[in-house]
Order: sequence, then structure tokens, then C-alpha cells
Amino acid sequence: MKNFEVVIGLEVHVHLLTQSKAFCGCSTKFGLPPNSATCPVCLGLPGVLPVLNEKAFLYAVKTALALNCQIQDVIKFDRKNYYYPDLPKNFQISQYEMPLAHNGYVDIEHSGREKKIRINRVHLEEDAGKLMHDEKRGLSYLDLNRTGIPLLEIVSEPDLRSAEETSTYLQNIKSILLYLKVSDCNMEEGSLRCDANISVRPKGENALGVKAELKNMNSFKAVRDALSYEGRRQIDLRKKGEKIAQETRLWDEAKAMTAPMRTKEETHDYRYFPEPDLAPFTIERVEIEKIKSALPELPQVKKKRFISKYKVSEYDANALTRDRAVSDFFEETIRIVDKPKEIVNWLLGDVAAILNERKIPIEKAPFKPAHLASILRLIQSEEITGKIAKEVLQGVFDTGSQPEAIVDKKGLKQIKDAGELSGIIEGVLTENKKSVEDYKKGKKNAITFMVGQVMKKTKGKANPQKVNEILRKKLGSQI
Amino acid sequence: MKQRIDKKTVRHVARLSRISLSGKEVALYQKQLADILDYINQLNKADTTGTPPTSHPLESLKNVFREDRVRKSLPAEKALQNAPERKDDFFSVPKIIE
Repeated sequence: MKNFEVVIGLEVHVHLLTQSKAFCGCSTKFGLPPNSATCPVCLGLPGVLPVLNEKAFLYAVKTALALNCQIQDVIKFDRKNYYYPDLPKNFQISQYEMPLAHNGYVDIEHSGREKKIRINRVHLEEDAGKLMHDEKRGLSYLDLNRTGIPLLEIVSEPDLRSAEETSTYLQNIKSILLYLKVSDCNMEEGSLRCDANISVRPKGENALGVKAELKNMNSFKAVRDALSYEGRRQIDLRKKGEKIAQETRLWDEAKAMTAPMRTKEETHDYRYFPEPDLAPFTIERVEIEKIKSALPELPQVKKKRFISKYKVSEYDANALTRDRAVSDFFEETIRIVDKPKEIVNWLLGDVAAILNERKIPIEKAPFKPAHLASILRLIQSEEITGKIAKEVLQGVFDTGSQPEAIVDKKGLKQIKDAGELSGIIEGVLTENKKSVEDYKKGKKNAITFMVGQVMKKTKGKANPQKVNEILRKKLGSQI
Repeated sequence: MKQRIDKKTVRHVARLSRISLSGKEVALYQKQLADILDYINQLNKADTTGTPPTSHPLESLKNVFREDRVRKSLPAEKALQNAPERKDDFFSVPKIIE
């Protein structure tokens, strides 16, 4: 039996983070009341003139450069004609022949191997409106607030070979966009979307198989699940000697399968032609170089620097650099207290858990690098135990107070005075005669229980090493 | 040369524009579209050697931008005033399967 490989190309659509739409002054804010952010331009009323948002253009150029693309000498817009209710003008302003940029790549690392995923083109267009279907009545309800929001389309070459690889690629694109601050990449709100072209072929063959276009993948999980399902489906068909149909398929999250989209038998014919209302755009080489040199350090580069400079593991470096704010938090903390290992553990452990629970991004948290640095110093100077440190962390999140102040106010200082601990331990020993007996009979685990009891009595403030030491001494002397 | 356009193409173009045509209309537009193409095709007679392709009539015009500033939108009531059907503040349209 032949071995098949999956071949995937991804089209990523991303909302650019401008205040106003691509060609008019309507707000791009998500969640406004329906049809409250439209005007004659985005409604497609006769006689209006679209004028390009300079920031959208700049953001698009920045992104294309970060994706290692070449910016075209002459950039123009075209009309993509099709009739669908979400498109009031009956054409979408997009780019066909002379897109903004082409020939780029993104580096991805997958199962320890580095790979370049080539980018065919990056172009700027406008989004369409949003339809909500009422299946029962056979009606659709249309909100045109989204119409005209600047949308950047990033088209990869068919260089991806698995669902996991595709997810990593998408994650990298997302990180880059977040680093550039050109999009909020919120998949739930539709500001980051993707479609995939997927086909299979016998391993070693160069020609591409018949592809399906896959839509409706609204989360990273959906991208992984949909693509692995579709890859398996196509391979099964090929192994049975059956043909793959060229079609558009939709991912059905609930049924965990893809199904062909109901469609009229007519190939798309978009009749592109130059948008006569928009004059062409050019950008000087010097200007491009200026934007390029002002780009921030990008996630892949930062990741490598973290590994070599701070000796963090590749896994941790990945997790740290995925979000620019987290990587900045990490480095700012290091500048105050040089303990990369501990900082990583806190950031990716307890801090990440609290952020997740409270659903806030790190940059909006009351918890700052100076707070983490203080907590680490308090642990190092043995003023608090690791356990208490977690309580202090919660306290900072709740109140924004300094860790030292929380320790003082709540009386959380570590008890390491041998005399004081001795007294507490004596108490535990007399209250737990059974455990003492067990220990003496050779059940060495019993000591863990007794340490636990001491911790309970001191509300976690006892120095665990000291408690262990004193306990062992006392139990030894009792034999 | 006289431009020819077949009935199939006329029907295709009509379908793309969501227009339904009777058989008589197809024949009518077949002739009219051919005439229009003939007329436009006169442009092919022009000598364009040495003329760079252009997408916009005003050659000197380029890089026309506006600042990214939010301006007042139409109230929903105004935006919806020409809607044949509406539901609350949404346009209501027949559900279309592409």
C-alpha cells in the first residue's frame, strides 16, 4: 500500500487594528448595535468615493515586511465582482494583479525541525457584512457594520504537511501580528480567520492532488481537528481507489466532520477589473527600509535569543515569546532580579493560571514585573515560603499592593526560628501519637503527614526544611 | 471583425448578475452585447507601442490617503430606510445558498 502525504496551503484573513474602516470614516469597533456603523461609502450608495485609510496601508506594509515579503513597486486595487447579500456594493475592493507584496516566508519549528513556509502574496481588501441565518424562516439578517473593515489576506504556498504544522504556522503568524500590534487577532470576534486548501498525494510525487477548500474553522482546535479529519478522509478515499471531488467543504464542530457546502454548479467568475475610484499607490525604497528597520524584534528571533542568553528551554522560550507582553514582562523582571529559571516557572505556572482564570491579558493585570521580582527576593531571603508566595501573588492580583506590604499586613512571614518551630512540633507529636508509632515501626511516610500538620498549624508559614530537620531529630531522639 | 457572442455567454453573464432572461431577451442582448463589444474593440486599433499600461486616467495622481479618524456614521434608521424588508435593526433578505 502506498504512503500518502497531506498537502496544505493556508489563507489567513486578519482585521487590521485601525479606528476607522478601510475606505470611510465609520468605526471598526466590535459589538456595536447592528447597522449603526455604516455610511454611504460602505453601504455602496451611488456617487461616493472611497479613500484609503493611511494607517491600514502602513499596517499592511509593516506586516508584509515582517513576513519577509517584497513590496510591489506599484500597488493598485481591483474590484472583485460577485452578488451576495453581505456585499452591498456587489463588488469587494480587493487586489488582484498588483497586490501589496509577494514572495515572503515564515519560519516554523515543528517536532524540533525548522522549516520555511513560503508566502505567495499579501494583499489588502475590505471585509463584507455579517449574515445571521434564520433556518426556520429561510431568511438571513444582515448587519453591515463589518462591511469595509480593512482586511489583510496572507496566502501561503502549499508547504504545510500536517494539521499540527498548519496550527504552528497560524500560531506564528498570529504572534507576528500581535508583536507588530497591527491586529488583535481575536478569533472569537472574527478578527483572525482562515481557510485551507488541502489535498493528498502519494509520498514522493510532485504533482498536487485534487484539493478541497476547507472553511468554517473558528479556533486553533478547529483548524487542527478539521485538517486532520479531512486529510484522513481523503487518504481513505484514495486508498479505496476513489476520486476526490474538487469542492468547498465546511467543518462541522458539533459532528466533528467536514461536509460539502451546498453550492450551485457554477464556477466563480469574479470579473476583476481595476478599481477606477482609487489611484495607484507607491512606496519609496527608503521609506520601506525605514519601516523595516523600525520593526520590533520578532518572535522567532526573540525565542532564539532567550534560549542562548537566558538558557531557557525551547519549550519555555516558545511559550514566553508567543505573546509580546509576556516576553517583555519576563525581560523586565530579569532586569530587576537575575533569576530567569524562577521567573519562567512563575510566569508560565501560577501567573498564567491566574491570568487565565481572570481572563485578562498580562499587560492589563495589576501584577507588574517589580511585584514578581519582590516575591522572588522574599523567597530567596527566606522571609516567605514558596507556598505563602502563591498567596502573596493572589494578594497582588486582588489589591495591586506591594508583596512586602501584603506579607506584613497579613503576618505571612516565614517561621524559621528553631525554638518557635520546636514548640509547634512538640504539639503535633503529642497530638499524633499514632503517626509517631507508625514512623518508629518503619513507616517513613508518616513524617510527611506530620510535616503537613505543622504546615496546617502555621498556615503554611513554617520553613519546610527546618521542620523536616527538627522533626527527624526529635523522632530520632524518641527511639 | 464582427464580434460574436453566443447565447450561453449571455445566459452566464445574466446569471452572474442575478437577472433572469426570457429566450427573446437572450436573443436581444446577444445582439446588443455584440454591438457594444464591437464598439469597444475599436480601441484595439490604437497603436499602444511605447504606452505603459495604466489603471487610472490621472497619471500624476497617486497615494491619496485619508487619516485614520472615526467620523459620524448614519443612524441605523437612515441606513435601513431603503430596505424592502427589515427585522429590528437588521436588513432581512432571503437566505441564499451560494
